[in-house]
Amino acid sequence: MAKNIAIKVDDLTVAYNYKPVLWDIDLEIPEGVLMAIVGPNGAGKSTLIKSILGILKPIAGSVSIYGKPYHKQRHLVAYVPQKGSVDWDFPTTALDVVMMGTYGALGWIKRPGQKEKKAALEALEKVGMLPFKSRQISQLSGGQQQRIFLARALVQNASIYFMDEPFQGVDATTEIAIINILKELRKEGKTVIVVHHDLQTVPEYFDWVTFLNVKKIATGPVKDIFNDDNLTKTYGINFKVSVQE
Amino acid sequence: MDFTDYTFQVIAIGTAILGAVCGMLGSFAVLRKQSLLGDAISHAALPGIAIAFLITGTKDSNILLLGALVSGLVGTFWIRGIITKTHLKSDTALGLILSLFFGFGMLLLTFIQKQPNANQAGLDKYLFGQAATLLIEDVWLMAIVTCICLIVLLLFWKEFKLLLFDSDYTKTLGFNVKFIDILITSFIVLAIVLGLQTVGVVLMSAMLLAPAAAARQWTNSLGTMVFLAAIFGAFSGVFGTVISASQNNLSTGPVIVIVAGVFVIFSFIFSPSRGLLFKQIRFMKNRRDLELHKTLAFMYGIAETHQNISHPHTIKLLNHFQGFTKKTLKALEEKNYITISGTEWSLTQEGFKTASNLYNQQSNNDE
Repeated sequence: MAKNIAIKVDDLTVAYNYKPVLWDIDLEIPEGVLMAIVGPNGAGKSTLIKSILGILKPIAGSVSIYGKPYHKQRHLVAYVPQKGSVDWDFPTTALDVVMMGTYGALGWIKRPGQKEKKAALEALEKVGMLPFKSRQISQLSGGQQQRIFLARALVQNASIYFMDEPFQGVDATTEIAIINILKELRKEGKTVIVVHHDLQTVPEYFDWVTFLNVKKIATGPVKDIFNDDNLTKTYGINFKVSVQE
Repeated sequence: MDFTDYTFQVIAIGTAILGAVCGMLGSFAVLRKQSLLGDAISHAALPGIAIAFLITGTKDSNILLLGALVSGLVGTFWIRGIITKTHLKSDTALGLILSLFFGFGMLLLTFIQKQPNANQAGLDKYLFGQAATLLIEDVWLMAIVTCICLIVLLLFWKEFKLLLFDSDYTKTLGFNVKFIDILITSFIVLAIVLGLQTVGVVLMSAMLLAPAAAARQWTNSLGTMVFLAAIFGAFSGVFGTVISASQNNLSTGPVIVIVAGVFVIFSFIFSPSRGLLFKQIRFMKNRRDLELHKTLAFMYGIAETHQNISHPHTIKLLNHFQGFTKKTLKALEEKNYITISGTEWSLTQEGFKTASNLYNQQSNNDE
């Protein structure tokens, strides 16, 4: 797979207080992979993607997206935050939240118009949420809220998608719907990076994986590196995950 | 009370404008979960008033409010600084700055009062406000600030909404979150400072929060909420002024705040979707419906065993297995699900159909 490098992380170190959350991370993510970031709680998984996205300021290190710094490549990147990071009682509708995905391309002050609305409706359709477009967001189930977040990212029509635990607290139907959309994105040549918790589903869902526990343990194709050795190194206990072939 | 009286009109218009602008900006404070911020800012403004008086020796409200603005802003940025630079939680930072600045302000006020100078009387009106001292110039100032605030709100509506809902995401889209944040906060400080003369340091935060909290109950749209909060705020101002003017010697500020509080209580109880009253009614109706369905399902189970579904059964049969009330039976009869003759009941075709679809319907409603 001699592919372009979509994301390159060099010597990234991040700390909130005294202890580093991420230590000296070097990472190259090739274009067109569907990658899981796995690791125990507090391993810095969310911190890693937040640092790549410029939400957090690293102490040292640099990030480049297709060879250029993030702030020049913003239009190529879409982000799906953790569902729990926002207040779902906010007075707005599902369609309105998805429309927010168009705000970045619009820039300051300009209002969304018919074109943006159409794009948002298409994204809602893709995630199967069109019938709920006028729903107040607090009246959506957890799975539906997650789909709305995904639709908001899809509207951005990016090349690289970052998702922070999209499967957390969603039902099986939604999980399958989401993973199918992610696989669809990969088929279109897009790069998808997912913070993931369920080790059992890694081989089934993803083709690329990064093991993270403050330091980077390993990164590469799932079929080559998703093994007990790396799992043990990452989680610190003797691990036996039966990789279903 | 003469409502055509010029002074009264000036005060009523002033308090209405003040209520409107506070309602609008208060919506943002409430949605950002920064309700305490308004309280901290207004208390932080007090030393500014005292210092402005000590420096200039004048009681011109514009100059004193300028002092209030400066110390309000200083307080706000200290709060921001404490939250971002230390491990303290935001409520601690707010409480700290609030009491520290207020204490310092009170210290200065007592110091001023001890001075051998006749000019110092009346500074304490900024504690609880004194709407009667509003001049037409003050009202013009309020109107101008409100207009600017409205323009900024309309221009940056999209950005404000985005930041309020999801600030991390706002950052990834390339918007300068700090700028939007400072813009909102500055206007909140400005609105508070404008209200100090009328409502006072101590009660000012209620002007900010009450209309917004009331408005939230009636709508699920941000635009409508901000609009309603402005209306509620304006009406609180006018009603408060009318009530205090028609009752001798009632202080305007507290009356306005109490009227705003009435809006809140009314909204909490009577709002159709979020109000306590309708929630309770819906809850009770739900229970009743479930009871009916349960009884109907039980009848269905009995009727099913017969070839003729409308075969009559004795009411006693129900009594043996499950408690029912005459009311339940009557309600079922009214809905045409059953017919009752004497001590016997029988399912109708419609009742049979409804009962057989009960559970399917439920699972359909889920998604």
